[in-house]
Amino acid sequence: MSQVTHDDAHEGHAHASPGFYWMIGGILAVLTAVEVALFYIKPPGEQPLLLILSAVKFVMVIGYFMHLKFDSKIFTGVFVAGLTLAVFMVTALVVLYHHMPVTPVPVVG
Amino acid sequence: MSEAVLEQQSGGGAAPQDDHHHTATGLNNWKVGFWTFIGSECLFFGTLLSTYMVYKGASLEGPYPRDIFDIPLTTLSTFVLLMSSLAMVLALDGVQKAKRKVAAFWLGVVVVFGGIFLGFQYYEFNHFVHEGLTLSHSVFGSTFYVLTGFHGAHVTVGVIWMATLLVQSLRGKLTPDKALQVEIAGLYWHFVDIVWIVIFVLIYLIP
Amino acid sequence: MSETTLAPDAMPQNAPGHGAHAGEHGGHSEPTGLWSWITTVDHKRIGVMYFLTSLVFLAIGGIEALIIRVQLFAPEQSVISAETYNQMFTMHGTTMIFLVAMPMAVAFFNYIVPLQIGARDVAFPRLNALSYWVYLFGGIYLNVSWLVGAAPNNSWVGYAPLTSTQYNPGLNADFWVLGLSILGVSSIMGGVNFITTIIQLRAPGMKLMRMPIFTWMTFITSFLLVTALPVIAVALILLAFDRFYATNFFVAASGGDPVLWQHLFWIFGHPEVYILVLPAFGVISDVIPTFSRKPIFGYPVVVYAGVLIGFIGWGVWSHHMFTSGLGPIADSFFVATTMIIAIPTGVKIFNWMATMWGGQIKFNTAMNFAIGLVALFTVGGLSGVMHASAPVDLQQHDSYFVVAHFHYVIVGGILLGMFSGVYYWFPKVTGRFLGEKLGAWHFWTTLVGFNLTFFPMHFSGMYGQPRRTWTYSSQLNVELFNQLSTYGGFILGVSTLIFVWNLWISARRGEKTGSNPWGAASLEWSIPSPPHHYNFPKLPTVQSREPLWHAAERKSIEAVTLQEPNVEPEMPNPSFWPILLASGITATWALVMTGVWWVPLIGLGFTAFCVYMWAFEDPFAKKGDSAGPGAPTKREAAHV
Repeated sequence: MSQVTHDDAHEGHAHASPGFYWMIGGILAVLTAVEVALFYIKPPGEQPLLLILSAVKFVMVIGYFMHLKFDSKIFTGVFVAGLTLAVFMVTALVVLYHHMPVTPVPVVG
Repeated sequence: MSEAVLEQQSGGGAAPQDDHHHTATGLNNWKVGFWTFIGSECLFFGTLLSTYMVYKGASLEGPYPRDIFDIPLTTLSTFVLLMSSLAMVLALDGVQKAKRKVAAFWLGVVVVFGGIFLGFQYYEFNHFVHEGLTLSHSVFGSTFYVLTGFHGAHVTVGVIWMATLLVQSLRGKLTPDKALQVEIAGLYWHFVDIVWIVIFVLIYLIP
Repeated sequence: MSETTLAPDAMPQNAPGHGAHAGEHGGHSEPTGLWSWITTVDHKRIGVMYFLTSLVFLAIGGIEALIIRVQLFAPEQSVISAETYNQMFTMHGTTMIFLVAMPMAVAFFNYIVPLQIGARDVAFPRLNALSYWVYLFGGIYLNVSWLVGAAPNNSWVGYAPLTSTQYNPGLNADFWVLGLSILGVSSIMGGVNFITTIIQLRAPGMKLMRMPIFTWMTFITSFLLVTALPVIAVALILLAFDRFYATNFFVAASGGDPVLWQHLFWIFGHPEVYILVLPAFGVISDVIPTFSRKPIFGYPVVVYAGVLIGFIGWGVWSHHMFTSGLGPIADSFFVATTMIIAIPTGVKIFNWMATMWGGQIKFNTAMNFAIGLVALFTVGGLSGVMHASAPVDLQQHDSYFVVAHFHYVIVGGILLGMFSGVYYWFPKVTGRFLGEKLGAWHFWTTLVGFNLTFFPMHFSGMYGQPRRTWTYSSQLNVELFNQLSTYGGFILGVSTLIFVWNLWISARRGEKTGSNPWGAASLEWSIPSPPHHYNFPKLPTVQSREPLWHAAERKSIEAVTLQEPNVEPEMPNPSFWPILLASGITATWALVMTGVWWVPLIGLGFTAFCVYMWAFEDPFAKKGDSAGPGAPTKREAAHV
């Protein structure tokens, strides 16, 4: 069902065709399938691989579906500011709770 | 949201009514504001996620994640949500190109897929409760339901928003000059999707 | 150095009060009356409302403080009960931080930033009004708790498990959790608004590195607001769930960890103190150059230091938790980051001093308060660096030494900065000077009263008087210090009364002034005092950091800014959806208190209705088309 239409100029940059978006959607579906396959197969390095694949999906949705790759860096700036702090916070708390020699919370189970 | 379109053109100050459209960047106020809001929402979900991650393994009794997660089912709902993002960009494309039927169709797909996702969530929550996992049962229950529940609440708001746009589209009101509204709704929808991407991997796939 | 301006021929704008208002000067009228204030979307009016409301809460918070001081005047008193005392210090802290310091800064953001960047309003005027009404209703909701005898009693930091239903079964903590949640919404929306405004609405030529430092600090603070407030929003949600829906986030018996609350609270809480202080730094970064007749020394450094403070401020939070048993590795990390953040802060102090060095200093009240900030904040910063050392903090934590530290930075720093800003910008807002004689009384009684109140606390803290305790033993030998603090507190009360009196009398009878009474450099001084409702008839073009200090530039700007336009710029209509939506938001949260899960949904429904009406409202509908201000237009809206 892909349409081979040509881009209209909008806000100064060309739009991808619907076909391009279908391709991105396809890649996302495939990546998800790979993730689930990894989950069941459980090869060595499963967890880092899962994280990497998810990161790729994350970046693709942001970059292409949300168009951030082609838009002004200002949008990237205000978004990345929040994202960076969020990643920092999650990492810091996980380290403080799960990777400190003196863990404040006894882990059960 | 008429302030949006009025801000769209950049310009210097000739007559007062012209420089009303002036922006320092040539960008749209709504878009700048909304991306900022999305940056803020990263912290919102980041905190919920941190809480979940901190408490991983801390529950005093089961059911534990490995006992009740239904990965095939969740994979299906993840796929549905991902494809709804695709539908969203196709809807935006339709609006931008004044293709009313295309736009309405894909907006409808977003609404339906969003509804299906919520249906899966509801089913999953019901199932978990039957297995003994309630909000108050354990920290797993608390953190899981609050994190995915707030995500679901965001999806719900999104579905209502898209349904509103769908009605507008069917009434012929979503002309290309209104594309920005659809674009911003899209930003919201995609963001909700990427939050789920993170939840799916950190909560479901990496126990 | 006065400027010739258009002589205002109408009555000057009265700053305080609701009810009848004189119209704007300049010949055309802005609507007056209570309804016009309720539906206003004008950043200047919203700024005035923020300021006046924060003054009311300053009085309430101040009375709470004086009650504390009376109770602590002598050892082993029971002027009030221990329970009431707990409510008193909780509400004092919560009020002063969330209902006074933050909103007062926002008052300045609102009024001044659009004027400084050459804009006609903020990016989202209705959202701006919404932020104010949510603040007002949230503040009222929080204080309604007094009327039902259940004011929050869990300290402003609300540690678990003190806030759990097990240890705090009454309504007190409910008010706190829900009240703060409401207020958080206001702050986040404000942050989004100002970030967008500063990015988008700068006048031609106003590059980021040409903006006044006050606007820069607003920009950084806004980023802190949109990133830190969501964290406490979630923490409060988790606590609310624990209290209302029996979850286990902070319940140790079920595997939860009360210390997690501390982490989440302080991950918000430390950026929060920079949210509090950066606006004050911004104010004096404008005031000091003006009254030194010199540009700020090292402008880029001042900007980058502010950015660094905002950023590093995210990495220091556990210095509030040195006594919570995180372990030596975690502690050491936070000791390091906390000491590091002292560097950009100290740099600013040097920049301000270097600005004054070699300048022609004018010691008026605005300048005195600004210099006061530099001195007193330094004192507070020194005690802060002492706390940064974890071993030392083990002794100081939860003692009056900490109370001394943060009052030096918050009152000596932030409040003095706010006062400086008021004396500086009052002429712009009202077209009249604040009285300098009364100002001198205000300044000196503040200085004396403040130091008398808080300096002794360094000693009582060192001698072991713990904070948040309703009385102390005579054997602790801290009675003298407490007496001095109490006397000082009442002097501070008097100084505040002098201030309010000065505001009141000067708004009515102060010496009139024109567009640039101080001969200052930035754009807000290029338009009449008070400004037209549209601020700038045409947008000026800016070519430097001190536009009005370069003769040719000033001439070209004032040629644009001081003339009456042929056609007034179109401004958005007033709207009553902000106040209605604010009441919906407040009601939704307040109804959570019932404990019945579906009741808040009623509030949510009303909120959703207001959102829809807002979204379909056309802010630029012409008067003839609509039933009244803010009514949805029946004609085919240009946009949905």
